[in-house]
Amino acid sequence: MMHLTPSDIQAIWLTIKLAGVVTLILLLIGTPIAWWLARTKVWWKRPIGAVIALPLVLPPSVLGFYLLLAMGPNGPVGQFTQALGIGHLPFTFWGLVIASIFYSLPFMVQPLQNAFEAIGERPLEVAATLRASPLDAFFTVAVPLALPGFITASILTFAHTVGEFGVVLMIGGNIPGETRVASVQIYDHVEALEYMQAHSLSAVMLIFSFAVLLCVYTWRPSVKRVG
Amino acid sequence: MQGIEARFKLDWPTFNLNVDLHLPARSVIALFGDSGSGKTTLLRCIAGLEKAPEGRLIVNGEIWQDERHWLPTHKRGLGYVFQEASLFTHLTVMGNLLYGKRRIPDDQKVSLDQAIELLGISHLLDRKPDRLSGGERSRVSIARALAANPSILLMDEPLAALDLKRKQEIIPYLERLHEALKIPVIYVSHSADEVARLADYLVVMEKGHALASGSLADTLTRLDLPIHLGQDAGVVLNATVVELDQSWHLARIAFDGGSLWTHDQAFSIGKRVRVQVLARDVSLATEIPSQSSIQNVLQGFVDAIADDNHPSLALVRVKVGNVMLLSRLTKRAVSSLGVATGQSVWLQIKSVALME
Repeated sequence: MMHLTPSDIQAIWLTIKLAGVVTLILLLIGTPIAWWLARTKVWWKRPIGAVIALPLVLPPSVLGFYLLLAMGPNGPVGQFTQALGIGHLPFTFWGLVIASIFYSLPFMVQPLQNAFEAIGERPLEVAATLRASPLDAFFTVAVPLALPGFITASILTFAHTVGEFGVVLMIGGNIPGETRVASVQIYDHVEALEYMQAHSLSAVMLIFSFAVLLCVYTWRPSVKRVG
Repeated sequence: MQGIEARFKLDWPTFNLNVDLHLPARSVIALFGDSGSGKTTLLRCIAGLEKAPEGRLIVNGEIWQDERHWLPTHKRGLGYVFQEASLFTHLTVMGNLLYGKRRIPDDQKVSLDQAIELLGISHLLDRKPDRLSGGERSRVSIARALAANPSILLMDEPLAALDLKRKQEIIPYLERLHEALKIPVIYVSHSADEVARLADYLVVMEKGHALASGSLADTLTRLDLPIHLGQDAGVVLNATVVELDQSWHLARIAFDGGSLWTHDQAFSIGKRVRVQVLARDVSLATEIPSQSSIQNVLQGFVDAIADDNHPSLALVRVKVGNVMLLSRLTKRAVSSLGVATGQSVWLQIKSVALME
């Protein structure tokens, strides 16, 4: 049953590349956002938090539609990329990366925010009394204590990006090796009535998803607290 | 200038802090008061963990805070022991000790041996904090603060989270610190017993204000303020064991004004002890008592007489050598004995409580 065509393999490889790149970028973007949300006391952290959570409830096609407009030739992002000489982002790999960053942002930010909140103020105060600057304390105390949160957030972000479909169709279309990820490839197989191939690829995705969730539940034990 | 100058003003909706203190450079300074009196907030202001907008803090001549300066906590070079041990759970005991040590300039580094030895934690160094008992965690957190070679040690009720047995386990270590450290220690506590055993200098806090601030001997013998360690007025004396009477199981302890007999608690000559003498255990006589069951009789001069907490009672402060003692008498006794300021009197001390 497990018979994957070269184009299937290409789609899987592209999917992994997309999810990997998005997870790495989101680790860099999501960590400071989560840190800020966990520690600030300003009232407008709530609307910001709600905006970040939007992709959880918004139909992916809606998100994809707005991103398409923004990145298109008449959109602000599109005009900016044109001015930079990059051209247009829709229907490119990097267009997909940007769309996926928005789409998967809550899956990175929320577990990290929870982990940072669980650590609380105290370990950082302790670090300050032991002469660690705030940045020093962040890397030597907050990050190690929030490590389970980082692992959960990365796995969820990776998996969620792998499972993307609606946004990909809106932004990426269906270009082999560029934007045709596994979920789109399955759709194509079904459209073409290639049920055997759809089966194989779907099975791969099913096993992958199960493995991911198993990892998350195994790693979840708890965020460590100071004793 | 040596010493600590601390002035803070905080106006929170439910709490005010308003203090102006001058503290000695080399003592155990107790911030004593009920919960909610502002002692922890004051300590956090000194550490820079709380920012009082109007404040001035000068520690041994170094400005930590004034109108224009604000030194962040990590640049203050202090040690802080929190109420809960708050050890870093991702590090071993040794990792916790090294955390502060790694971050001080090379010329300020001290060997960890002293801290490890003082707190008796050499057998715990490889353990993670979750494998320690509550008392062990407290000791590690104190050693961790010392390992960063602080210029001042701030302790926020380090014993409050421990049960009585653990407290008894830690206090001897704190007493050793007291003798070994050459830096000021500011010790927040609501426990009269801890203050009596550890403090040299006392700041009594109430509702965000400092009710009294002075050496332990001075504050405890103030007649205008009812400052009691425990239920009753009394003084705390530093003394040294100078003589043992094996046949009667008694020990003679000398202080800066005479000596007293007390129960021998397996003492050795030369041991330093602290004793508390309560005002209610001291009676006065104008002539030397000849026949009495009371063994401890000292001669002194009446320094002041004041009303006590009941209209029938008076507190008499008597100077014995270089120290003050308090005696509680009925006003009728004061009148019939004709006790007056400056008069020579004999104090009969019924009981001396060893702080242990």
